[in-house]
Amino acid sequence: MQPETPEEQQARVLTLEAFADTIIPGTKRSADDRAIAGVSPDGGAVESGALALMEDPAGGVSLMLGTLSEALNAHATRYAEANGLTLDPAVPPFVGLAFDHRTALLSHLLAPDNPEKEMWVGLALFSNMAYDSAAHMNTRDALAAGHPGLLAIGITRPDDDGLWRFPEYSYGRPLSRPHPHTTPTGSPA
Amino acid sequence: MTSGASTDVVVIGSGFGGAIPAYHLAAGGARVVVLERGPWLSSEEFDHDFKLGSSYTRIFDFTVGDGMSVLGGNCVGGGSVVYFATMPRAPRFVFERQGSIGRRMWPAAITRDTLDPWYDRVCEALPITMQSWDKVPYAGGLFAAACAHAGRTANPVPSAVDVDKCTNCNWMMAGCRFDAKRSLLLNYLPAALAHGAEIRPLHEVQHLSRTDDGGYRVHYRVVDGEDYRILHDSGTIDAKIVIVAAGAGATPVILQRSEPTLGTMPSAVGRYFSGNGERLNTAVFDDDRVREVLGLSRPDGRGYDANQIGRGPTVATWDKLDPDLPEYERYSLEQLFFPLGLGTILAQVPDAQGPSWFGLAKKDMLRRWQSWLTLFTMSEDDNEGVFGPPPATGNADRISQQMLGRGPLRYRPTANTLRGWAAADADARDILERDGLARVMPWTNDVVGAYTVHPLSSCRIGDDPATSALDDRHELRQHPGIFVTDGSAVPGALTVNPALTIAALAERAVPGIVRAAQERGVPVTYHGSLPEGTATAVPQVVPG
Repeated sequence: MQPETPEEQQARVLTLEAFADTIIPGTKRSADDRAIAGVSPDGGAVESGALALMEDPAGGVSLMLGTLSEALNAHATRYAEANGLTLDPAVPPFVGLAFDHRTALLSHLLAPDNPEKEMWVGLALFSNMAYDSAAHMNTRDALAAGHPGLLAIGITRPDDDGLWRFPEYSYGRPLSRPHPHTTPTGSPA
Repeated sequence: MTSGASTDVVVIGSGFGGAIPAYHLAAGGARVVVLERGPWLSSEEFDHDFKLGSSYTRIFDFTVGDGMSVLGGNCVGGGSVVYFATMPRAPRFVFERQGSIGRRMWPAAITRDTLDPWYDRVCEALPITMQSWDKVPYAGGLFAAACAHAGRTANPVPSAVDVDKCTNCNWMMAGCRFDAKRSLLLNYLPAALAHGAEIRPLHEVQHLSRTDDGGYRVHYRVVDGEDYRILHDSGTIDAKIVIVAAGAGATPVILQRSEPTLGTMPSAVGRYFSGNGERLNTAVFDDDRVREVLGLSRPDGRGYDANQIGRGPTVATWDKLDPDLPEYERYSLEQLFFPLGLGTILAQVPDAQGPSWFGLAKKDMLRRWQSWLTLFTMSEDDNEGVFGPPPATGNADRISQQMLGRGPLRYRPTANTLRGWAAADADARDILERDGLARVMPWTNDVVGAYTVHPLSSCRIGDDPATSALDDRHELRQHPGIFVTDGSAVPGALTVNPALTIAALAERAVPGIVRAAQERGVPVTYHGSLPEGTATAVPQVVPG
C-alpha cells in the first residue's frame, strides 16, 4: 500500500469531516472552512473530535478511512452529475456539495436497502459517538475542556473524584396505583 | 498449546447461567473450572468514563447482526455486571405460550408455580428487594405519574440494587463502582471460589470434542487483555460434565462450531432466537407541562430535566400483561435509562422533514437530552432469529478492539411481532403524549436492525425434540453430559426483564446436573445451600 501524500491526506480529512458534519452539524471553525457547512450555531461532530475517534486504531475503521473517503467522493461525483450540479474542483467532490445535497446523498447511502449501508453506518456511529460521548478521550477531561457535544447535551460535572453522585434524585412519593394483581414479592401475577 | 488439564466440570461463561451451577457444584465437592472470555474487573476498575478502553467497552459487547443487534456482558460475572438489575418474575401466562410452534413451548414440568420456589432462592441469594416510591428516581416517578394521568397503573419494579449504597449515577452498564448493584461478583462467584472453583478470565471457548473415556474436551484460546481482536495461546481442558452458559448470542455458536467433532447438533441449536420482543421509544418532555399537568417539581423548581439521574429502569406498567389478551399483544412498558455512546443514535426526531436519526433536527433534539425519557417495550416475539455459519473464532468478527463486532444472527420480525410492537408504540404515545406532556418516537430499526439487551432461546428447553435443543433438565439432546443453563435455554420471550427467570432456571437445573455428574463418577452432592455475600468485588489472583 502506497503511503498517503499530503494532498491525499488533506482530501481524506476534509471529506470525512464533511461526512461527520452531515451527521451532527456544527459551526464553521473559520471563514474559509469548507468541510463544515456551517448550518448550526455551535460545535458539532467535527469540533467534538469525530476525526480523532475515526482514526483511533481501537475503533476498527481507521485502516478503511482512505477507501471510504474515495468511495464517498465517487458517490458525490455521480450524485452531482445526476442532479446537474457543478462541483468546485478546489475541494473533494463531497465537500463541494451543499449541506442539503450532502444530506440527501448520505440518506441514500445509509438507507436500509443500500448494499453499502453497513460501512457508512459505522462512520455515522463514530460521528455520533464523538459528539454524544467523546469516546476518544476521558469524559472528565472532555467536560473540563468544554467538549461541545457533552455541553450541549447538558451532562453535569462529576464530583472531585471523577464519579457522579445524585443525592437528590426522587420526587419521594407514590405517583401511581400499582397493578391490582401484583404479587407479595412485587412481581406480575 | 496447553493441554492435558482435566477437571470434573467445565463451565463456559460466568453470568447467571454459569455462576449458579459453578457455585453449587463446587459447594458439593466437584472440581470446577469456569472459562470466561471477558476480563475480570474489581469494583475500582468500573469507570465513569465513555473513553474507548474504559470498563464501558471492556466489559460490554455490541454485536451487530443481520436485522438484529445484541448487547450483552463480556466479563467475569457476565450480564450481571452490566445489567440494570431489574428483577420481576415472568407472568403466569408466559409459561403457557405457544409461540411459533402452535403448542405450549415450555416443558410441561415448568409453570410459574413450579418455578416460584427457585425464584425465591435467587431473590434470597442476590438479594432482590421490593422498591418503595420514596426511593424511585425522577425518571421512574415521571413515568408513574404519566401512567396515573392516563388512568393506568404503574409499579416500582423489584430490583437487585442496594438503594442505600446507590448514588443514582446511571453508570450501571459500565459496572457498579459503589457495589450497590448485586452482581454475581458479590455472591455466587466469590462463594464458588471459596469452595475451590477456579475462574479463568480471557479464555474464549471455541469448540468441544469428545475424550476416549466418554467425557468432553473443551478447546479455548486466550484473548488479549486489551485488544480482543488478538488471540494468543490455545489450550484444552477435559471434563466429565460441560455446562455451556456463554449467553444466547454465543452458546449456539460454540455448539455449531463443535458439530465436526461432536456430531450433529439438535436442529434447534442456533434457531428460535428471541430478542424478548424488545423495542425502545424516546419521549422528549415539555418541562412546563410536567409541572402543570402532573404537578411534579424538583426542589429547584424544574419539573423533570433529570434523564441523567437514576439507576436504569425502576418503574413499569403491567396493564397489558393480561392473560385474556391474545398472544403477541401482551407486553410491559418500562421506564429505562440508556447511556450516551450507544443510546442516542437510534432515537428519532418527531415529525422529521429530513432524516429522522441524524442531521440538524437530531442535533436540536440532543440539546434536550436531559428531558428525554426512554421507554422499554418487552413483548412476545416469534422466535424468528437464526444463526448462520459460525465466524472463525468467538461469536462475532470483532471490528473494534473491544465492544463492537459483527455476528451471524439473522432476524426478520414476523407480522405477529410487528403487531405487538405497533400496539406498544401506540400505547406509549397514548400515555406520554396526553395533554402535551411529551413527544414520542420509537427508535429506528433502519440502522442496525432491531436490537435486544436480553437475547434468549437460541438453544432452548422443551419437551419436543423437533423444536427444542435441550430436554427439561437442560441437557443437550444426543450429547449427554453437556448442559446449557443460560438465556439461550429460555423457550421464548418473557414480556419482562429475564435475568431472574434465567437465574431461577439455572437453580432448578442444578440438582439434575449433580445427578448426571454423580453418574459419571464425580464425587459431588447437592446441598441446596445459598452463597454468602461479599461487600466488594475483587478478582482472585489467577494462576498462569
